[in-house]
Amino acid sequence: MSSNKKYWKSVEELNENSSIVETLRNNEFVEEIPTDAFLADESLSSSSTSRRDFLKYVGFSTAAATLAACEGPVHKSIPYVVQPETIIPGVADYYATTMFDGFDFANLLIKTREGRPIKVENNRLTGAKFAANARAHASVLSLYDSLRLQNPKIEGKNASWSDVNARVKASLAEAKASGKQVVLLTSTLASPSTERLIADFIAKNPTAKHVVYDAISESAALDAFETVYGERGLADYDFSKAAMIVSIGADFLGDWQGGGYDSSYAQGRVPQNGKMSKHFQFEANMTLSGAAADKRVPMSVADQKLALVKIYNALTGSSIGTAKTAHDAVIAKAAEQLKQAGSKGLLVSGIQDKNAQLLVFAINQVLKSEALAQAGVRYVRKGNNAQVAQLLKDMAAGAVHTLIMSGVNPVYTLAEGEAFANALGKVKLSVSFTQREDETALKSTIAAAAPHYLESWNDHVLTKGSYSLTQPTIRPLFNTKQFQEALMTWNGVAGTYYDYIKAGAAGFLGSSTWNQALHDGLTVYGGGVLAGGTADYAAAASALAASKGAKFELVLYSKTGMGDGQQANNPWLQEFPDPITRVSWDNYLTLSQADADALKVGNNIVANGGLNGSYVTLTVNGATLKNVPVIVQPGQAKGTVGLAFGYGRKAALKEEMQVGVNAYTLYKNFNDVQSVEITAESGEHEFACVQSHKTLMGRGDIVKETTLEIFNTKDAEIWNPVPVVSLDHKEVEATKVDLWESFDRSIGHHFNLSIDLNSCTGCGACVIACHAENNVPVVGKSEVRRSRDMHWLRIDRYYSHNETFLGDTEEKENFDGLGLGNYLVGDGQADASLPGFARLENPSDNPQVVFQPIMCQHCNHAPCETVCPVAATSHGRQGQNQMAYNRCVGTRYCANNCPYKVRRFNWFLYNHNDEFNFHMNDDLGRMVVNPDVNVRSRGVMEKCSMCIQKTQLTILTAKREGRPVEANEFETACSAACSTGAMVFGDVNNKESEVAQLAESNRMYHLLEHVGTKPNVFYHVKVRNT
Amino acid sequence: MKKVGNHNSISKMYSFGLALMLTFSLSTFAQDPAPAAPAAAPADAAAAAPAASAGGDVAKGKELFNTNCAACHNLDKPMTGPALRGVANKYDKAWLYKWIKNSSALIASGDAQAVKVFEENGKKVMTAFPQLTDADIDNILAYTSEPKPEAPAPAAGAVGPAGQGGGGAEGGISNEVILGALALVMLMLVVMLLLVNNVLTKIAKSNGVEIPVRTSNPLSIWKAFAQNQFLVLVSSIFLLLASGYFAYGYLMQIGVDQDYAPIQPIHYSHRIHAGSNGIDCKYCHSAARVSKNGGIPSLNICMNCHKNISEVSDTTATAEYSKAFYDAQIQKLYDAVGWDKSTQSYTGKTKPVKWVRIHNLPDFAYFNHSQHVTVAGIECQKCHGPVETYEIQKQFAPLTMGWCINCHRETEVKMEGNAYYEKIHAELSKKYGKEKLTIADMGGLECGKCHY
Repeated sequence: MSSNKKYWKSVEELNENSSIVETLRNNEFVEEIPTDAFLADESLSSSSTSRRDFLKYVGFSTAAATLAACEGPVHKSIPYVVQPETIIPGVADYYATTMFDGFDFANLLIKTREGRPIKVENNRLTGAKFAANARAHASVLSLYDSLRLQNPKIEGKNASWSDVNARVKASLAEAKASGKQVVLLTSTLASPSTERLIADFIAKNPTAKHVVYDAISESAALDAFETVYGERGLADYDFSKAAMIVSIGADFLGDWQGGGYDSSYAQGRVPQNGKMSKHFQFEANMTLSGAAADKRVPMSVADQKLALVKIYNALTGSSIGTAKTAHDAVIAKAAEQLKQAGSKGLLVSGIQDKNAQLLVFAINQVLKSEALAQAGVRYVRKGNNAQVAQLLKDMAAGAVHTLIMSGVNPVYTLAEGEAFANALGKVKLSVSFTQREDETALKSTIAAAAPHYLESWNDHVLTKGSYSLTQPTIRPLFNTKQFQEALMTWNGVAGTYYDYIKAGAAGFLGSSTWNQALHDGLTVYGGGVLAGGTADYAAAASALAASKGAKFELVLYSKTGMGDGQQANNPWLQEFPDPITRVSWDNYLTLSQADADALKVGNNIVANGGLNGSYVTLTVNGATLKNVPVIVQPGQAKGTVGLAFGYGRKAALKEEMQVGVNAYTLYKNFNDVQSVEITAESGEHEFACVQSHKTLMGRGDIVKETTLEIFNTKDAEIWNPVPVVSLDHKEVEATKVDLWESFDRSIGHHFNLSIDLNSCTGCGACVIACHAENNVPVVGKSEVRRSRDMHWLRIDRYYSHNETFLGDTEEKENFDGLGLGNYLVGDGQADASLPGFARLENPSDNPQVVFQPIMCQHCNHAPCETVCPVAATSHGRQGQNQMAYNRCVGTRYCANNCPYKVRRFNWFLYNHNDEFNFHMNDDLGRMVVNPDVNVRSRGVMEKCSMCIQKTQLTILTAKREGRPVEANEFETACSAACSTGAMVFGDVNNKESEVAQLAESNRMYHLLEHVGTKPNVFYHVKVRNT
Repeated sequence: MKKVGNHNSISKMYSFGLALMLTFSLSTFAQDPAPAAPAAAPADAAAAAPAASAGGDVAKGKELFNTNCAACHNLDKPMTGPALRGVANKYDKAWLYKWIKNSSALIASGDAQAVKVFEENGKKVMTAFPQLTDADIDNILAYTSEPKPEAPAPAAGAVGPAGQGGGGAEGGISNEVILGALALVMLMLVVMLLLVNNVLTKIAKSNGVEIPVRTSNPLSIWKAFAQNQFLVLVSSIFLLLASGYFAYGYLMQIGVDQDYAPIQPIHYSHRIHAGSNGIDCKYCHSAARVSKNGGIPSLNICMNCHKNISEVSDTTATAEYSKAFYDAQIQKLYDAVGWDKSTQSYTGKTKPVKWVRIHNLPDFAYFNHSQHVTVAGIECQKCHGPVETYEIQKQFAPLTMGWCINCHRETEVKMEGNAYYEKIHAELSKKYGKEKLTIADMGGLECGKCHY
């Protein structure tokens, strides 16, 4: 039952003795207003400026400002000389394209205004499988990165492309003549045209070879797939076909095997006809998938391998001996349920071990899993670790004559980066095609300026049977050339790369045409279902069962915001709070409370609400990483620690973005699990963490959740009770009591936003989409730490445990036996009294997680509106709570009175301000600004507008076309970005719209209903299939 | 003697007060009178005596020429096609008939002269005019055979501006006359007053009445004023209120740039384009139909017409702006767009025009032209004023929020024939009990509708 749970946002809150949490909860302002400090300033009284002087200054500056304001500035307006037919100033154009940067991939629609791309949207045509994640949404800002490489450089000096080509051609000729090795080192290329060019290149230069290198390797899975199915690819599972999902260390809602599974996963997560999928997650780090799981078991990677073998044993009836783990009961249960589910079951694993990956196929084949049987093949990872290692050896030995790199940054991303940099010196000519002058480009002979994908042509076969095209949406901003164009020049192919792609497209277009495919961004030309295949699974299982664990496992992972670190100079991504830890602008070592206690490290919250963490030093096989800050992560498996890739970069990064530590230096042998030694260091790290900010002032639980069993068997009043308040000393439903007479909203449009806590995975695409759509400023690390982040939409993350009296009593009564054995192992799972009590003592070991996106709730009876002294915030009849920035005088009363804490105050001018040197401080970065939304100035309050610019445009379009608005035509930036369907926006007065039906659902509830604010945003009770 | 100084000074104070009041109240009449309607009636086309020549009617020929040929030909200058003055002397008439009626056929038939002409003129295909009779062609040829006028007809040019100047002067004189008459009346009154005073003094003297001689010094009025606290209070309140009123008035006009008419890089006359030539506003400002921006036309739009119009006609020039002046403006366009008049081709060298923006809506106010132009069907003139009469474009409306809101309060929404409004119209009509709904009834006064 929902009301039985206590929700908490940080470990600190569970600490009864922590005075800070209590203080923070009761504080109106997170930070105290420092009046005393100001008045106590000694220099104030001794100042030579007297009161009279002060008044004189004030008077003069007022008069001067007034006089200066009398003369209006002269604005120039410069029309096109010849206006392109497709561009009408003020009207947005959309182009379908495909993003693939070697790590992230998505089928996109790019919104352009006056010829400049300003926003990334999802392509929703059939066949467009991959929705944009947070990084894809932010990629449009990377186009306008002021630190992009603007010219090709030879040995650090600007050069022309003809010089570059001459240099490379000469070197290739020399290599050919002397029979020396030429290597093309690229990121994964899923582009048939590029591959043809490379094949052509190798044919012309017989000493050349092509090495594919993924910064974050999926080599084990690729090898396993190749063994079973005979080609280098990955299975493209269909999670919507699975009713029982077991994931062993696979963060498939994150970046596991490229990611992009969230929409198919979410389809099964919404209870329909009393059914929803069930999800077991065995993992070390707390991931998005673990957070979404019905049953999450924290376990080390060594244990995960055993678990995999145990499940393999259970399903195939084999009996490979495995050591005992602490979670055998749960593993057995998972295996049992998988067996029951049969073809509706699916097991996935993220263990970087070929044997483990082979067992995944073995288990799914035994299950006859539909998710695998109907899976396609994805070609988004092709890296080959062995070849990369060989290349490094060859380079060090001086055997490589010419090295041409594209889309890779091995000096930064290789564990042996330094060795690679040295070896580069032994290469006669090294060329790096790159958008930024990164670590590798700085060490290369030629830094070849490459265009952003929004300036490029390309084609991709991301999955078997679908052909996607990348088209430019803007002319190249700088003097750049694509790697492919250069290859064409070196190969002696005439024409442009566009011609080349078009000429080779015939085989992929199927029944479609080139123009149609280009318009749609993709075409589906054939089926992509996996053929059969097999391998020696038993041997793999035996080998896996014999693998050994380490004392401390370091589990390296990629963060939702940063991925592999390509976009580290993107302020939107840096400021994006990690969905799990809620920390922005940093990476850190996550570790469990028990391990933190043992190491005598931890976190504490300082008086202003900022989070601090201790430093540790990590040593992996001789390599050390100093001053890694620590975050105690509830749910982190004991004996494991986590660290994210993508941080700690310096080259081509603004100073503000040079944060974190480089985890790649510990990524030995491309293994994401390393045996690590941890030593505590002195000093404290200041995090910019938003988790302890914006508390609800003790107003209670705003997350409602229940179990599938209760949901199916009990009435909605039980699991979704409407809060009651006292009226005339009687208990009355809060929704029935009202101070005001309600405005009749049945006429015209009435906008509502529905958020389903069941399908929200916390991926954060909406946060970045909102950033881009609404010109939300970036405030920087120190301001975020001061809880002055400007995100209009935040995704709150709550941990929970049945920690109430009732829940605990129930749990205690159900204890069965002493369970000494389990206790000694350190298990908190078994239903015996010793481990049970230990669990009760320490609830943060394995919490349940709820993500709750919160933006302005657009209350029909909004508390903010009544307290504004200047009526700057008011209510529209369409349900939107409107904020007139030009009227706001910045009293902040509204933010004070908002029960949801969704209002954001502009403490500073964030554009044209050198103090905030992010994209809004340079002309290039400002090109991303949405011209339909105001850029706010200092001293005004702002908040979610429910994308009123979008709803108004939809209405206007309908009016212009003389038709009613279609049922599901209304959209907000967040609802459009949501790939799982958790956010649905629309007009509740249109009974045919999806949101109107969702509003009638018995899972629907409003936040803090007892306050009587009558919000226009509603949520759906989270149902767990436990 | 009884002292009457006080009475005297009080009356003086009254008169002072009156004067003060008059001074301020004068401003109430300071509003601009509506500008005098410009004298219309452009000068009639010069009705030159039809000099019949070569069996054709020159007047008819001119008319036909302007309708059919002027798009591509000029008499004296090469345009798309060659200059045509004296063309009748160059070619055989029978050949010309065939050429004009269907030049392509003539070329195709292999006529040597036709092929030569075709190639000499850049192989541009001339439109066929099968509808022209031989007589029509004769008339046209007669017109083209007219000798070139020696000097630009001054008579025709002078008629317009003179007439207009006269009209303007008329308005000026009438005002001055009235003012002069009033001044004269005032003067007479003053003189009469002095005379009466003189007579009365004389009568008094003759009757032996002693006139009190003013002895108090001139400052006494101020002393008296300062001593009368009530008066001081009242007048200072009055002064405060008055200065407040004027300060408010001054401050409120800051940022309101009504009648802002900056000097533009090219002197573009809406009077000529939208007025005299009657070009639809949305021909050039086509974005206004679909976009939030009204759109400053790109220069290729100008060249749709100006490819063939390289100079203004004599009748376009005014007293203020000569033909040469206007032609120089067209040349500026050519320079900007990179059009070489002599070769009739684009050079590719462009210089975008930096217009000075006249209507500067602040960033925090969202305005969409298409909503007003396409959906509401509002005439452009409603906000932009009688643009077709503007020689120099200016800001007609104050563009203040009060001005916007007022219109939203008063204007009825045009809902007929727009399926979008059907449902909401039915519901709102029922709610408010009226058939016609204003924008305010639709929620058009909400802050968020324009500020986001």
